[in-house]
Amino acid sequence: MGSSSSSRNKIPNAQELMDQTGFSSAHLLRLYDRFESLDRDNRGYLSPDDFEALGGLAMNPIGGRIIDAFFSSGIPWTFPPLSGFWLISVQLTETVTKKEHSKSSPTAGPGSSNLYDLDRDGKISREELLQVLRAMLGLQVTEEQLQSIAERAIQEADLDKDDAISFDEFKKSLEKVDIDTKMSIGFLK
Amino acid sequence: MATSWGFTLFLCMLLIACGGLSLASEEAEPRNSQTDTGTGSSSNTTGEGGHGAGPITTLPIVTWKWHHISTQYLVALWILVAWLCKLIIESNHHVTNVIPESALLICFGFVLGGMIWGADKVQTFMLTPTVFFYFLLPQVILDAGYHMPNKLFFTNLGAILVYAVIGTCWNAASLGLSLWGCHMGGLMGDLDIGLLQYLLFGSLMAAVDPVAVIAVFEQVHVNDVLFIIVFGESLLNDGVTVVLFNVFDGFVSLGGSQIDATEIVKGVVSFFVVAFGGSLVGIVFGLLISLLTRFTKNIQIIEPGFIFVIGYLSYLTAEMLSLSAILSTVFCGVLCQKYVRANMHENSVQTVKYAMKVFANGSETIIFVFLGISAIDKIIWVWNTGFILLTVFFVFVYRFIGVFFLTWILNRYRLVPLEFIDQVIMSYGGLRGAVAYGLAVMLDENKIKEKNLMVCTALIVVYCTVIWQGMTMKPLVTWLKVKRAEVNELTLLEKMTNKMFNHTLVAIEDISGQIGHNYLRSKWKYFEEKWISRILMKPSARKKQDEVFNVFHQLNLKDAMEYVAEGECRGSLEFIRKESVAIDFRKKFESEYSEDMPDMRANMSNGHRATSTTRDPFPSVSVEIHKHTMKAMTEAEAVNAHHLLDQHLYKSRNQHRHRFSRSKFIINKDEKEVQEIFQRTMKNRLESAKMGGSPKTIVKHTKKEHQRKMPKGKSISQTKLCHSGDEDFGFSEGDSASGYDLPYPSFPMRDSKPGGGIENSAFVSDLYPTDSLQTPPWLAEGELDSSMVAPSLRAQASLPTSPIEMRHLGLLRISTRSTDTKQMDIDQLPPPPTPPPPPPSSNM
Repeated sequence: MGSSSSSRNKIPNAQELMDQTGFSSAHLLRLYDRFESLDRDNRGYLSPDDFEALGGLAMNPIGGRIIDAFFSSGIPWTFPPLSGFWLISVQLTETVTKKEHSKSSPTAGPGSSNLYDLDRDGKISREELLQVLRAMLGLQVTEEQLQSIAERAIQEADLDKDDAISFDEFKKSLEKVDIDTKMSIGFLK
Repeated sequence: MATSWGFTLFLCMLLIACGGLSLASEEAEPRNSQTDTGTGSSSNTTGEGGHGAGPITTLPIVTWKWHHISTQYLVALWILVAWLCKLIIESNHHVTNVIPESALLICFGFVLGGMIWGADKVQTFMLTPTVFFYFLLPQVILDAGYHMPNKLFFTNLGAILVYAVIGTCWNAASLGLSLWGCHMGGLMGDLDIGLLQYLLFGSLMAAVDPVAVIAVFEQVHVNDVLFIIVFGESLLNDGVTVVLFNVFDGFVSLGGSQIDATEIVKGVVSFFVVAFGGSLVGIVFGLLISLLTRFTKNIQIIEPGFIFVIGYLSYLTAEMLSLSAILSTVFCGVLCQKYVRANMHENSVQTVKYAMKVFANGSETIIFVFLGISAIDKIIWVWNTGFILLTVFFVFVYRFIGVFFLTWILNRYRLVPLEFIDQVIMSYGGLRGAVAYGLAVMLDENKIKEKNLMVCTALIVVYCTVIWQGMTMKPLVTWLKVKRAEVNELTLLEKMTNKMFNHTLVAIEDISGQIGHNYLRSKWKYFEEKWISRILMKPSARKKQDEVFNVFHQLNLKDAMEYVAEGECRGSLEFIRKESVAIDFRKKFESEYSEDMPDMRANMSNGHRATSTTRDPFPSVSVEIHKHTMKAMTEAEAVNAHHLLDQHLYKSRNQHRHRFSRSKFIINKDEKEVQEIFQRTMKNRLESAKMGGSPKTIVKHTKKEHQRKMPKGKSISQTKLCHSGDEDFGFSEGDSASGYDLPYPSFPMRDSKPGGGIENSAFVSDLYPTDSLQTPPWLAEGELDSSMVAPSLRAQASLPTSPIEMRHLGLLRISTRSTDTKQMDIDQLPPPPTPPPPPPSSNM
């Protein structure tokens, strides 16, 4: 712990953060290290380019979308992260789990809806759904099949018959899914 | 309900009575009824055993050969009786709501055992280890493995292993040692059991029993994680049980003095060998099945059999190598399920699924019944209050202690900790079952003097856990408000979002630079898709892999079924007809529906071949679609219309094929149908030319018009009725259609193209005589029709007779593809105001 306390000084307002989040200093340090390694140009904030450089994300079929969602607020990512869902989710949970999406939090809520919603009009249109599907299903499925899947998915959730899924409808359709369990990942162990 | 109950009860009693009594006289001396065929050994004195009884004076016409079939007969009879028990139990829902089925089955076993006892005064039937381990258990385990929810299982594998390995060892050791301690303390009186024997007993009582757990938890619907942990534990702890049992059995044989460090080390080593070796055997066999199903396309009928045979072989092989057979079978099932499902034809997949359930459920039933029957045996009634009660007590208490302690450790590492209530249920779900009993019976009486006491105790523990804990489980779950499994309706969006979540999680792990579950899983998936699937899966099957796509397919099937079952399902209809949907999409749906239609009732899933990728015979589409619509008509009208459609519409011939061929379900190839269509068209045109004008075409048209005018939601009962009518015709259609064709000698489809079942000689030769003899079904209908003339006459006024329309229709009949869709478009027009009733039957 000796070394960690020395390097903890690097982190701006570390104590405050720890109080806010309930992280131990080791956790914070781990996060900070990761932040620094991501921030290759030492700009002090993260940009989408930094994320795109990650090999795993580049391979991820919806990687671009996820990066978009991370940077959706337009505020550059500094450390401690002021935007995005890191901080929010951390506050939500006592345990060291991280939640990307949580119904209980109004700001984090649209997170996964954002992943669908490209034009940010608060609705998922068929076209948008189709794009996600295309990205995720890959080449194995024909375009017509994709279309029918998208159609079907819209029908399932679309309550007001406007041919698009609003955020409320989206939430409703996923009510039964135990998102907390599903979207928790082990973190900072 | 009551009558059926009474009837079955009566039937059951009758069977038991005659079974029991007749066996009683004959079965008295061959106690090993299960294995001994008993032909030569017991030439009975009753005189009715005709075989070789003495020199015959005259040629017997009928002889009584009970000995030839006694074993087989008894086996079959017992299976029947056990299943009848289940039938009786299951027809009383208010009872099964309170008492779980397994407990009731055991109670029935008591009753049956009592009856046999009453008749025989000897325990004639009991659950022998051979029968249990080789004939009853494997299918239950295979079923468990094959239907294992893989993702859930592997996500919780860590926890499952901890409970299965450490938990079981703990149970065995603590039980054995405590009992020994109590013995030393003098609580049990005079018993000839040493420490090692106690440990042996502990090891056989330690394992949670898969059969009992499945039976009880299936009815309680606890949440998935809880279920998989208990269930997985019960399956995987077999490796531990077998090892512990063997090791202690060996120790007991060796005697206390010869056990040194080497032997103990050997025991530990043997654990790893048995557990991992068993799993390995399973994996090898699983791969074998997967590989094999790649190539079974041409023997579709016995394709499902491979799963069972190889699954059983994996069990036997592991047993032969003295490895854990249960582990082997579980892993075999777990491994092969994905590839088997992808590789085999969908019919075969369904067959495997249902056959597996039949076997598993059947033998589960038999196991429980026989567990009950086995109790009624004087020999094993050895009562030792201290021993028995203490065992029950310790089994219960140590289970709780073990689970709570292990969970406490696990929860420090688990993302979603197991709650207190979950732990209670897990502890309470520690049911012991037939495995414990089977192992107890296998004990060697020479080495263990108190074997009967142990068997007795094992039985009592089994009864306590299965009956008592099984009964109280449900109230407990309700009372503690355990999170239940939700009845999830399958939705596409949910699945999609799920998949997206997975990607997101992987991405977040990437960003946070950490190698977690999700990261590993995605890597594994990638590897699997790239390599394993390539080897084990048919190229064509790989497409269907995707989850989202699968759900989509299933939803479509479900829709199709609902559509049939309810006649008119608003959603699906809407779905087809929605204008905005792309044409191809619509086609796909229809072909799927049409494929499903004819055999829907006979075989829930016959039509899967139209799995949205293969565009199936197109001409059939329109026909079948009309068939749907017809369901909305009254029966008489349907009958009338049916004949007409029968005569004029293109028929897909895939319905009667398999009635004649044992080895193939061949569905027509396109060309054949086109040919037939051509033939029919020509024939019809000829006829209509003869008649001058084409009344039939017109009639047909009105028919269709009529159909679409029918109000959608006729009462269910009516539609049902019509549907069943439909089905009957499904049979006759084939015959009548061919009957029709026959008089035309130049019918080319008879001698062309191999592959269609039509040139199957059996089929054809069968057809000729019936054709000449049989009254074509539509003739019979004709009589019916004549009674319907009155409404029909009214209709004639509104017959569309404009020649343009007629010509249009004529055109429609010639070409197959494009016009069929056109026809459908016509169908989809809004209905005219007045429905013309069916036309007269005179047009025949």
